[in-house]
Amino acid sequence: MRMPLLALLAKEPAHGYELKTRLEKVFGEAYPSPNIGQIYVTLQRLERDGLVFSQDVVQTTRPNKRVYELTDVGREALLTWMDRPSDGPRVRDDFFMKLALSEHAGASDRLGLINRQRRHYLSQMRGLTELMTDCDQRIPQLLIEGAMLHLQADLDWLQRCQEEMV
Amino acid sequence: MTNGAAMLLRTVGLTKIFRGDGVRVAALRGVDVALHHGEFAAVIGPSGSGKSTLLHMVGGLEPPTNGEIWLNGARVDGLSQARWAMLRRRHIGFVFQFFNLVSNMTVADNVELAALMGGATRRQARDRREELLAELGLAAKADAAPARLSGGEQQRVALARAMANRPSLLLADEPTGNLDSAASQAVLRLLGKAHADGQAILLVTHDARVACAADRVISLFDGMVIDDAAMDLPLLRATPAADRSDPPLRTPLPDVLKLRG
Repeated sequence: MRMPLLALLAKEPAHGYELKTRLEKVFGEAYPSPNIGQIYVTLQRLERDGLVFSQDVVQTTRPNKRVYELTDVGREALLTWMDRPSDGPRVRDDFFMKLALSEHAGASDRLGLINRQRRHYLSQMRGLTELMTDCDQRIPQLLIEGAMLHLQADLDWLQRCQEEMV
Repeated sequence: MTNGAAMLLRTVGLTKIFRGDGVRVAALRGVDVALHHGEFAAVIGPSGSGKSTLLHMVGGLEPPTNGEIWLNGARVDGLSQARWAMLRRRHIGFVFQFFNLVSNMTVADNVELAALMGGATRRQARDRREELLAELGLAAKADAAPARLSGGEQQRVALARAMANRPSLLLADEPTGNLDSAASQAVLRLLGKAHADGQAILLVTHDARVACAADRVISLFDGMVIDDAAMDLPLLRATPAADRSDPPLRTPLPDVLKLRG
């Protein structure tokens, strides 16, 4: 979550709770609502690494709040991240490990393994479809559509695994 | 009897062998499939797995080489072409990938004709047509020729036509195979709605986004059923990180939708 927080702070300084609501606003329901504790821990680490600094802002009616601001090092790290192409999501695959090692593990029912995985993917697809139905914001919609396309590719690949290994 | 009274459709050992030029290709090799009244099942599998052949045989468009087909408790695999045609007009709706609308008839007439052939009176056919076109968002296109409609609209007309005779079984062969994403979603929503209203549907697709709308998914491979299972209900919301210690009761969403820590 480091880079999303840096990206939000690049626009203007903010405190932890503001960052949480802004993340929710950008990503909508497609992402799980970020845990506030996780955000504070990440901000502390970013500060320790010199990417942000913080100061207490005195409030009269409420406890002081800690406002975070991007440092030059932080801005540099953010730009480097933005400029670098991202890897595809699938370098290792947990399911393929199971399939490839099923005989070693004494579980040789590969078709059963593939069938269970297919059902699971289909169920996830159904979940995404339902999420999409409830979603009226463009960014989360695109995110969900991307996840659906990845799942479709996973299913096609499952078919290939079946053709070659069962 | 193996065909329970509650069963709408049942195939037993359904086999189809195509012969030509001395080659013998087994498209289906002993398929047992059953569908309850009101159930929505999707048939998936790679091309050549036999899924369209299965659908065509269940709709009487192709005779099986071997095996049985039971519809509403009656054995139908041995019926003549004429009897099959009658059965389809009264009890079966068909939706194809390429719409197959009658091009020199209006949208309204395409739908009304199906109702008339299903035994409706003129008045009933018109009422049914109006009801369906309104439901499918096509009332304004009633007098248009099919060719003036977009692909998505044509497929919705095809769906209206397929349901004009209030079929006990709706058969759909890649109904979204020729549509863009938005039009596919619209057709899928309508199928879902028809199903919610009690329509039994057997749908063939290679698209998981379509298949996952069904109650049950039947996987074909090389002419055989390799899996046949009810859809697991998905987890509707992504799990917040804080709640992840409890094992989810329903299927969680894929990692693509989780913030990387």
